[in-house]
Amino acid sequence: MVDRKQEPILRVENLTKVFSSGVFFRQFTEAVREVSFEMYPGTIMSLIGESGSGKTTIGRMVLKLLRPTAGKIYFQEQDIATLRGKAELREYYRRVQGVFQDPFSSFNPLFRVDRVFDMVYDVFLPDVKDREERTREVLRKVNLNPERVLHQFPHQLSGGQLQRLLIARALLLDVKVLIADELISMLDASTRMGILNLLADICQSTGMSVLFITHDLALGYYISDYTMIMHRGRLVEQGATAEVYHNPIHPYTRMLFRSVPDIGHRWDPKEKFVPEQVSREIAEFYASNSGRGFAQVSSSHKVLMSLD
Amino acid sequence: MAVKDFWKRHENLYFAVSNKKVILGVTVFLAIVALAIFGPMVTPYDYEEFAGRGYQPPSKEHWFGTTIMGRDVFTQVVFGLRSTLLVGFLAGTIASAIGLVVGFVSGFFSGKAPDEGLMALTNIFMVIPSLTLLIILSAYLPYRGIATQAIIVAATAWPWTARAVRSQTLSLKSQEFVNLSRISAAPTFRIIREDIAANMFSYVFMVYILQFNGTILSSVGLEFLGLGPTRGISLGLVLQNAVNWNALHLGMWWWTIIPGLILTLMIVSLYFINTGLDEVFNPRLREM
Repeated sequence: MVDRKQEPILRVENLTKVFSSGVFFRQFTEAVREVSFEMYPGTIMSLIGESGSGKTTIGRMVLKLLRPTAGKIYFQEQDIATLRGKAELREYYRRVQGVFQDPFSSFNPLFRVDRVFDMVYDVFLPDVKDREERTREVLRKVNLNPERVLHQFPHQLSGGQLQRLLIARALLLDVKVLIADELISMLDASTRMGILNLLADICQSTGMSVLFITHDLALGYYISDYTMIMHRGRLVEQGATAEVYHNPIHPYTRMLFRSVPDIGHRWDPKEKFVPEQVSREIAEFYASNSGRGFAQVSSSHKVLMSLD
Repeated sequence: MAVKDFWKRHENLYFAVSNKKVILGVTVFLAIVALAIFGPMVTPYDYEEFAGRGYQPPSKEHWFGTTIMGRDVFTQVVFGLRSTLLVGFLAGTIASAIGLVVGFVSGFFSGKAPDEGLMALTNIFMVIPSLTLLIILSAYLPYRGIATQAIIVAATAWPWTARAVRSQTLSLKSQEFVNLSRISAAPTFRIIREDIAANMFSYVFMVYILQFNGTILSSVGLEFLGLGPTRGISLGLVLQNAVNWNALHLGMWWWTIIPGLILTLMIVSLYFINTGLDEVFNPRLREM
């Protein structure tokens, strides 16, 4: 489904983020190491990895909330680090938006939830007269009852309602790239599917691309055209979803698929999960492929074979 | 209808006026402030004047009695209250301002050079035994006015405010709503006003009350040790004089108990306001 003939809308090159803290006793944490990928219009790419693997950091760098230590991000072939001034930044955010992981802290507790919509209208759509009507429309799209959620304070609503408000907020704009960080983590199974289908619909009809950050393999498979697996800040495997899921090569990816629980399979005390074993497997894998770096398994499937 | 709308718009005010602690604290505190403002106008005496016979218990002429030398205690207390409140106000303002700026800057640049530097300074000030420093500083200065005293007291009072404000800023910084405003391309001024300042306001308000309280106590303590302003009168000086003249041993309860009681009432009322406001600003503590 990835149309290689099209120009990528977003291109990430050797993105690296090192957090440092302390002046006298400096400590470094490498959150993201040399990550490269391309996003094409109308596609959903999932970024899968365990917590702390650097998924969220990548999303934040694309949203210009964090500055990369090294590497570049191009949006429509323009380096986003060169965006200058309010106007350019506003145009960038008109096209690139995000939904954050934690819906509870995404709302300022002192204001009614309508404020997140008002900010969008104030900055991006100052000419819109029927704000309330437009808001109601997008709220209905994400399966929220406008009467129940509008004019409420954030603490009066549930995590799922807040999360859908944020999705609705992103839908107000005609975005090209949506960074969806654990977009539906707070929603129950039935609403989840509704939102995912809505997202896929919008991508098909408007050409929006989604960076779907998740730790849920099943969700990734359900929604995405392209899958990227992250481990300790590196992209260890990426490719068309079907290829990655049916022919995983990297030992970390394999371990991930092994650890998905099946319905009908119960916990067994004899099956022990040993984290050290996974690390050992990965180390052996890198050692035995020494010097190969990234290997192209097929035209749309790339695996990190060794660290050198 | 209009009244209902007013309360809806000023929700915090509504909870403030329906909180018993706030009402009690504000009433007592305002009464004391009124005493400081109007007391000196009402009294016919001067605080240094020998107003009558000494050693007199409270009477019609001398509401709080007289000192051993025959000065009017009421006059001394109301004039003293003025300067004590003034010192508390000045020192509290200075200490809160330093603490807020240091805490905010260091929280904003957390982990970077300004943060490390300012926090090192704060920690140094924190471990200095403040009373000793106050005594040395006060003893070193030949002339001490109210402003000098306020600065001396404020110099040791700010560090905990800086630390508290820093951690408050840090926790605000990690809130996603600031990021959401940023990706909404909201003007920086709006982010600072609505996302940062508005969320810090209740905290700053309470910091200020506590500082006011703490600095009044330290300045009274200094005055009691004889290191207060070299001229004029204050609650601490009244108490110091009383002790110097063995007022309690001579049974002159009006000379010690009354100023002490007023001081205690003032501090307690501020604590009531503080805990009451905590309930007002924090929706989870609100008594419905």
